[in-house]
Parts: sequence; C-alpha cells; structure tokens
Amino acid sequence: MIRDLAIQGVEMLLVLLLAPALTGLVRKVKARLLRRRGPDVLQPYRDLLRLLRKEVVLAEQASWLFRVSPYLIFATTWVAAALVPTFAAGLLFSWSADLIAIIALLGSARFFLALAGLDVGTSFGGIGSSREAMIASLAEPAMIMIVFTLALIAGSTQLSTIAGFMASPEVGLSVSLGLALAALILVAIAENARIPVDNPATHLELTMVHEAMVLEYSGRHLALIELTAAIQLLLYISLIACVFAPWSLAGAGQGIAAQLVGAAGYLVKLAIGGVLLALFETAIAKMRVFRVPQFLGAALMLGLLGTLLRFVSGGF
Amino acid sequence: MPVVIGLWCVAALLLTALAGIAVARWKSGSPLIYGASLAASAIALLSASAYLIGGGATASTLTLPLGLPWLGAHFRIDALAAFFLAVVNLGGAMASLYALGYGRHEPAPARVLPFFPAFLAAMNLVVLADDAFTFLFSWELMSLESWALVMAHHRERDNARAGYIYLVMASFGTLALLLAFGALAGADGGYAFAAIRAEDHHTPALVALVLALALLGPGSKAGLVPLHVWLPLAHPAAPSHVSALMSGVMTKVAVYGFVRIVFDLLGETSWWSGMVVLGLGGISAVLGVLYALMQHDLKRLLAYHTVENIGIIFIGLGLALAFRADGMALAAALALTAALFHVFNHSLFKSLLFFGAGAVLTCTGERDMERLGGLIHAMPLTSFAFLVGCVAISALPPLNGFVSEWLTFQAILLSPELPQWGLKLMIPAVGAMLALSAALAAACFVKAFGTTFLGRPRSAAARRAEEADGFSLAAMFILAALCLLAGVLPGFVIDTITPLTQNLVSGRLPVQAVVPWLAIVPIAASRSSYDGLLVFVFIALSALLSAYAIHRLASRALRRSAAWDCGFPDPSPATQYTATSFAQPIRRVFGTIVFRASEQVEMPPPGDMRPARLHVELHDLVWEEIYAPIAGAVSFAADLLNRMQFLTIRRYLSLVFLALVLLLILALWL
Repeated sequence: MIRDLAIQGVEMLLVLLLAPALTGLVRKVKARLLRRRGPDVLQPYRDLLRLLRKEVVLAEQASWLFRVSPYLIFATTWVAAALVPTFAAGLLFSWSADLIAIIALLGSARFFLALAGLDVGTSFGGIGSSREAMIASLAEPAMIMIVFTLALIAGSTQLSTIAGFMASPEVGLSVSLGLALAALILVAIAENARIPVDNPATHLELTMVHEAMVLEYSGRHLALIELTAAIQLLLYISLIACVFAPWSLAGAGQGIAAQLVGAAGYLVKLAIGGVLLALFETAIAKMRVFRVPQFLGAALMLGLLGTLLRFVSGGF
Repeated sequence: MPVVIGLWCVAALLLTALAGIAVARWKSGSPLIYGASLAASAIALLSASAYLIGGGATASTLTLPLGLPWLGAHFRIDALAAFFLAVVNLGGAMASLYALGYGRHEPAPARVLPFFPAFLAAMNLVVLADDAFTFLFSWELMSLESWALVMAHHRERDNARAGYIYLVMASFGTLALLLAFGALAGADGGYAFAAIRAEDHHTPALVALVLALALLGPGSKAGLVPLHVWLPLAHPAAPSHVSALMSGVMTKVAVYGFVRIVFDLLGETSWWSGMVVLGLGGISAVLGVLYALMQHDLKRLLAYHTVENIGIIFIGLGLALAFRADGMALAAALALTAALFHVFNHSLFKSLLFFGAGAVLTCTGERDMERLGGLIHAMPLTSFAFLVGCVAISALPPLNGFVSEWLTFQAILLSPELPQWGLKLMIPAVGAMLALSAALAAACFVKAFGTTFLGRPRSAAARRAEEADGFSLAAMFILAALCLLAGVLPGFVIDTITPLTQNLVSGRLPVQAVVPWLAIVPIAASRSSYDGLLVFVFIALSALLSAYAIHRLASRALRRSAAWDCGFPDPSPATQYTATSFAQPIRRVFGTIVFRASEQVEMPPPGDMRPARLHVELHDLVWEEIYAPIAGAVSFAADLLNRMQFLTIRRYLSLVFLALVLLLILALWL
C-alpha cells in the first residue's frame, strides 16, 4: 500500500517535473531544424521560475474567477495527467477515472480557460475563447470516438487495462486501431494548440487561439498556465505512448528493476514524441482558422469509422 | 401509505390554489401561498424519498369513487412513480422557496398565485394516476395550468403567440395520448392500468401504433425534435420560477408518461422501437444545443437546452428498449439507469439555471445577453451558483451531469453485442451525436456565462445590478449543493434507481454502496469505474496545494492596472465579444447546413464614413419545412370550408339529404 502510494506520488511529480523539459526539447529541435541555435532545453524552467517570482498585474475589471481559474486549470490537468500511465500501469488510483473521465477533466480545464478569456472583456480574449470553443466542439467528440474504438478493442475504458491489453499478444494489427491512431494524432495536435491548428510561439497575430485567451495573464498566473500547457503536451504524448507503444510499461506490483526499465523506456518515448512533433511542425504551414473544422472533421470521421468497424465486425 | 400522503399533499396544494384566488390582492398573499406550496411539496418529497429508500418493493394503491362512475379514480405509487414524485416535488419545493423572494417582484400576482399550486398538484396527480381517465384528466390539468402561467404576462411581446402555439401543441399531445390509451385498452375498454398491464395484446401493429402515439403525446410535451417548437417559446415566457418548473420538472413528467406507457403498460417491444427512440433522441440532442448556441436571450437559450437534455434522456431510453428487446437485462438496466439519472440531474441544474436567469431578470430587467455583462461583480453569489449549474449541465467532472453521460457512454459500449444490423450501424452514430452535443453544450455555457456574468457591463441596467434576495439565493445554493453531491456520490442515486430497473427491464446493476471509496462500477471493475469523490478531492487538493505553495514560496504581490489587450485597450464595452460573435465560428461550421445561415458584409467604399455592417440570416428549418406548410394547409382548408357558411336554404337541405344517403349506403355496406 505504502509502496503503491509512493509510486503514484513519484508518477505525479515526474509528470510535473518533466513537462517543461519536453516543451524545451521541442523548441530546441525546432530551432535546430531552422538552423538556429535555440534556447537551452532547460529554458522553460527558468521562465517559469522567473514568472513565479514576478508580481501579478491584474486588469481592473478582472473578477475572482480570473484569479481562481489558473489554479483550477492547473489542478484538473495535473490530475488528468497523473491518471495516464507513464512508466507503470495499474497505479493505486488509476481506477478512479477512466479514459472518458480523463478527456472530460481536460474539458473542465478548457471550460475555465475559455471563461477566463472572456472575463476581462477584451476583444482578444473573446476571439481566443470563441475559437477555442469551436475547436473543442469538434476535438472532443473525435476524442470520444477514439476512446470508443480503443474501449471496444480492449473491452474496457480503464487506461491501465487498455495498456495491458495492447501489450499482450492478443492484439493484432487492425484497421480500426490504425484509424484511431491517426485520429488521436490529429486531435493531440489541435488540443495542444500546435501548428497547423495554432501557433504556440506567436503573439499579436490574428490567427492565434490559445495565446489570445491567456493574453491578460501575468506573473504566477501565467506561470501556471504555461506549466499546464506543458503538462497537457506531456499527457497526450504519454497517452499515445501507453496505448500504442506500451512495451516497457511496468505492471502493477512489479519490482524496482521493472519500474526503472519502465522509466527509461518512458523517457525514450517522450524524446521520440517530442522530436517527431518538432519535425512535423517544421514541415508544415499553419492553416487558416476556418480550415481547422475540416482538419478536425477528418479526425472525427476517422474515429467514427474505427468505432463503426468494431461494431460491424470484431476482426477489423 | 405513501399514496395517501401524496393525495393529501395534492389536496393541500389544490386548497392553496383556491386560497390563492382570495389572497392574491393581499400584500402578504404571495409568501403565504408559496410557503404553503413549499410545505406541501416538502412533505410529498419526504414521503416519496422514504418509500424509495425503503426499497420500493410493494406498490401502494388507492381507489377513490371519483371520475368515471364505472371506473373510479385509481392511484398507485410504485418505484417508478416514487422516483418521479421525488423529482417533481424537489423541483416544486425549490421553486416555491425561490418564489418566496422572487414572487415579490411579480406585477400581477392574481395571474400567478392561483395557478402555481394547482400546477404542482396536477403534476403530482399525473404521476400518481393509475388509470387512463385520471391520467388524462391530470395531464390536461397540468397543460392548462401551465398555459395560464405562460400567459401571466400576456401583454408582453410574443407571449400571446407563445401561449397560442403551446395550447395547440398541448391539445395535439393530449389527443395522441387519448388514442394511445384507447389502443391499449382495446375494445372492452379496460382503462385501469392494472387491466392494461394484465391484458396480452401485442400485435406488432398495435405496438407500433402505441409507440408512435407515445412519441407524439408525451414526446411533444417533453420537447423531442421536431415536436419541440412550442417549448422555447412557452418556457421563457412564464415567470422564472414557473420556467424552472416547466423546463426542469414538467418535461420530466412527460418522460414519466413515456416510460409508463412504453416500458410498463405496453410490455414487450421489438428492437426497432429502440432504434426509433434512439434516432429521435440523437437528433434532439444535437439540434437542441445548436439552436441554443444561436440564441442571445438567456431564458430561451436555457429552454433550447432542455430539448438537448431530453434528447440525451431519450438516447438512454432507446438503448434500454433495444437491450430489453434482445434480452440483455444488465445492459438495459444500465441504459435505463443512465436515462433516469439524467432525469434527476437535469431537474436539478435546469431549475438552478432558470433561477439564476430569473435573478438576473429581476436585478437588471434584461433577458438579452447582448445587454448584460460584468454581473459577477454586482451579483457574486448568484454568479457562483449559476457557474455551478453551467459546469454541471456541460457534463464536466466532478459534477453530476458528467456521471449520467458517462453511464450512457458505458451503455453504448455494451451495444456491439446486439444482433441487429440496424442498431449496429445506428448506435455508433448516436454515440458521436451524444459526444458532439456534450462538447457543444460546454461551448454554449461558456458563451452564456461569459457574456452574462463576465466582461464589462454592456448597458446601464447591467451596471446598476444588485445581488438577488436571500430566498432566491437559498434555493439556488441548495440546488448547486445537490448537483455537487449527486456528482461526487453517484452510487447512492444509482442504488435508488435500481428497484425501478428491476420492475421495468427485469435487470439490476450491482449494489454501488458497497464499492470501496464510494466509486461506481456499473458492470465490472476491470471494465470501467469512476470515483467522483476522489476526483473532486484530488482536484481540490492540488489546487489548494499549488495556491499555497506559490503564495508561500514564490510571490503573492499583485497590482491592479488597465487591461493590456495588446497595448490598445478600447474603453467602449461594445468592443467586447458578444453572444452572437462568440458563436460565429460554430455557426460557420454547422450553421450553413442546419440553419441555412448566410452572412453578408456591407462594406462602404473608401472615404465613406458610414459604418460597415454584417447581416446574418438564419432559418428555422423545422418550422419552415414542417409547421408552416401544415399551418398553410389548415388555413387553406378553412378558407374552402368558409363558403359553406353562406349557402342558400335549398343547398343546405340538399347537403343534409346527401349526407343521409351516404350514411345509409355506409350502414348497408358495413
């Protein structure tokens, strides 16, 4: 029991501590691909510490909701990330929320972020919130369809069970699994505000979404929001890794050696995910906001197709 | 004897209604009437809950020598009736409590006070009724009382039209119900529900007919698309506590009527009935929320959301029908539990949201979100309660709306084992519609809360707003607390629903109260589980911990300053996003198909000082394609028949003669 609790605690802390490094890695690789030197991989940590120490400059008309939201957004995202198996499956509390609940927790975070965007009453906040609402209204059902496909393949919506099933020899190559992977990648790109849906590196551009919502934040609030964005990126890469590459995951109750192997494997998977994301982002151009529905509509249709195939025949 | 207590409460409410006529002109009349309604509803609520918690094994019945002389008036409480009585009276009690404060602002109390208790009594009677006559009588009473309440402010613009359309649709619904009971009772006319249940009369044609009539009658009262047109007109027109009752409670009485007829009285149904109900539910869910997104009247937005939630409930009911037809009792129990859980949830948060809208209306005199904004500063308590309602209705954890949607998703995931191809193809699509409607609901409530309570005030009325009164706040906070409780302790609600599923689909979910950590495990722990309490505790702990750590270890300095807004803050509140502009991206995505939306930008040439204008045109296709042609045909036929009023006496006589001959031929031929 104590040991399980310790592993759960380590996992929660690991998520928190690794997330800025992952963001730093993606930025570094992107810069190198553009033949720039780029900031250090550890730069996001320095940014966060600097922001945490600064005072908050709060807009005059900001309400209590604006000040509470960063903590709520951070907490819900962190809890969601802690429920995704990173180096070990079958954690102490992994049964308390299944994959549907994890998606909904991210939805809660987005709900409060969008409200915070509207709170100050500026046009940039509104533009960000309304576009985020549009993107979410397509990305969330696509994600639920992906969950359906995975749940029908593994016979469970519990992420640990799904990961265990995907690591077992029972799972073969199937069409619906491929469709789910493709859809999941599309959704992950949109949900993390990456190119081609949104550009995380830009300000003062009319096409921005996420950055427009958080424009009024400063100091510790902004630090929390940025940390949350980093955790969310880590969450999606962990999710893809634990479902589609669960090989090094330590099972419930295995020894320290297995946990260490799991941790090493996890670091490798994260690095691969980060490099692939940077490659993809460098290779593609940002699309217009009103192209995004087609992008996400494709994800929704892929997810629906995967689910339909599972309904029609267990074999596909 | 819960049925006796229930009837005494109904009698007390009816007496209160009579008293309402007398005391309407008194100054203390309104607290008196609402206080009495509150007491009667609370007693009925306690008795129904006690019956449910006691397991609801034996039905409690009573026959009074009222109504049709050879039939009498039958009343009965079983687990199903007790559950809906609890929903009705919880909503009724909260509306009465709210009205203790809100009712003081009523300009014409004589138009509300007599009808409000009578409306509550009629809804109780519908659920208590155990024969077709009593049921229809109570149903019609419920329609009429609510119509009177819709017409309370009859001088306001559009209210008369709302009342007229409501009356037409309500009488249409009652007609369908009348025919449904006629078909169920058969030729020998056994109108008591016990006789209908006992009779074995399941020709496929009859099942189809009764199902169609049940979808038309209770379905139109509940607001299923395309029978929903009256709902977004009538619900907002009534005073806000009545809007809450109509949206949160009366639609549930309609769901009760559907469940009673289709699950209980009709007996076995075949798989395609589940398919029809599923399809209608899915369409209602998506269309309801899309219509809601296009509204900028706060109360009308909430009314359209009722259509969405009714759709979600009917998705659950359709799944339960399909599972029951294929003998999957456990899955049917899960789907029915999900639907009934959502019935309970929706009655909580929809009442809460309408109370909030009512508070905004009294404090600012505005329902139009485009003229509100920034109310979170003037009305912090109301806005907090409203926010809880928004999170709950958007199906976000850890509140209650998420639990019922989660249960529905779990039921959908059991459906690949259904053998029929129609269902196999339909259910994934309905699942996608359910997911889409949940996501759109979240967008819609970001819009509703954001434009009403956040940002800067858009009108002088919004700037002068004050906090709502104590009674209204008490009602809202009780409902908000119940939303949280039902969300973190869902196992108890599920256990209360179990006796119903045992009766209706002969399956039951495992007992949830014994699951460790108060989690819910609908089928098996390896399959799926959810623990609202732990999720809530985790979120609260991490938020508090991070706030504490940051304030303690890093910085807690704070400075107020003008908004940044990229360096160009505009002092005019008109530069904010409005409800319409917030919904514009979603309108672009879905609106061109669903509303045939078109936008024209009118841009003056350079040098011209006129402002540029954007015209948006939306079409309500359900109204234009279905209702307008029917209304046209009716008025065309009426025009034709009008000539019959101006014939000469010779022609009238020959008409009478012809009719006689025709009838004689018919009589001989048959």
